[in-house]
Amino acid sequence: MKQAEFLQTVMPFKDKLFRLAKRLLVSTEEAEDATQEVLLKLWTNKGKMEGYRSVEAFAVTATKNYCLDRLRSKQAGNLKLVHSNYTDENTSLQREVEARDSVSLMQKIMDHLPEQQKIILQLRDVEQYEFEEISEMLDMNPTAVRVALSRARKTVREELIKKHNYGVG
Amino acid sequence: MELDRIEKLVDKYFEGTTTVAEEKALRTYFSQHEVAPHLAAYQPMFRFFSEAKKETSEKDIRIHPRRKRSYTWLSVAATVAIALGLWFSNKPSAKDEEALLAYHETMQALYMVGENLNKGADKMEYLNEFEQTRNKILPVNQK
Repeated sequence: MKQAEFLQTVMPFKDKLFRLAKRLLVSTEEAEDATQEVLLKLWTNKGKMEGYRSVEAFAVTATKNYCLDRLRSKQAGNLKLVHSNYTDENTSLQREVEARDSVSLMQKIMDHLPEQQKIILQLRDVEQYEFEEISEMLDMNPTAVRVALSRARKTVREELIKKHNYGVG
Repeated sequence: MELDRIEKLVDKYFEGTTTVAEEKALRTYFSQHEVAPHLAAYQPMFRFFSEAKKETSEKDIRIHPRRKRSYTWLSVAATVAIALGLWFSNKPSAKDEEALLAYHETMQALYMVGENLNKGADKMEYLNEFEQTRNKILPVNQK
């Protein structure tokens, strides 16, 4: 496989990998590094690439694994900067301002979800993958994906209703 | 789209039983300005998902490993260092040049001394002359 051909294969889903990485790692820079790292790994193993049923699914799996590894080593190194920063920001005024901004509100709710639910919500509701694709990417059976997805959506709903009532009342 | 159908889809959505197409219909519904008041709380969710999909990475794909590149530079640097080292060690250093100069100066000085010595030796010829004459006049017993 030539370099141009590889780039052509990878281009359509490159941003999907980036967004998944950013969902998990929060920082844009780290997400870019993760995407780069995964694509590089894919390129060096390009010989095996024809063997995969879907290169895209494989790349998503690799991104997920890479990001989870990064998070583990960060936790081990006591470097949970991103998360602690963000609780500090939660002054009452800021909270009020941000509550009006649905995007940042949702961002916060999603940041608090368990990793697996975060990943599934990202893959389904943002990237619109089918259940079969997600179950292949995460090596889970489709029913388990559906259950986790439903759970994640309901958690988001609860948080939204809480915020909504608080805002109205 | 009738509100009735949307409500049903919302329920299905939270159970995780909507299809991708149905979810798309939901996103379209919530992206409009007017949403039924009892569904307004869900609006941020669907708007967020639509927004989140727009984010893209600014960086270009770079598929040449960084490590490999730094090794090439390292070998180039090493080659240059060795070449410069060899070149400088072959070229006479300032110390060597000084020594050469000192050698020439010394040789010149020695030649000068030698020349003067030769002048002295020429004068000695007269002494020889004197001895020959004396031998002629006063023959000394010779072997």
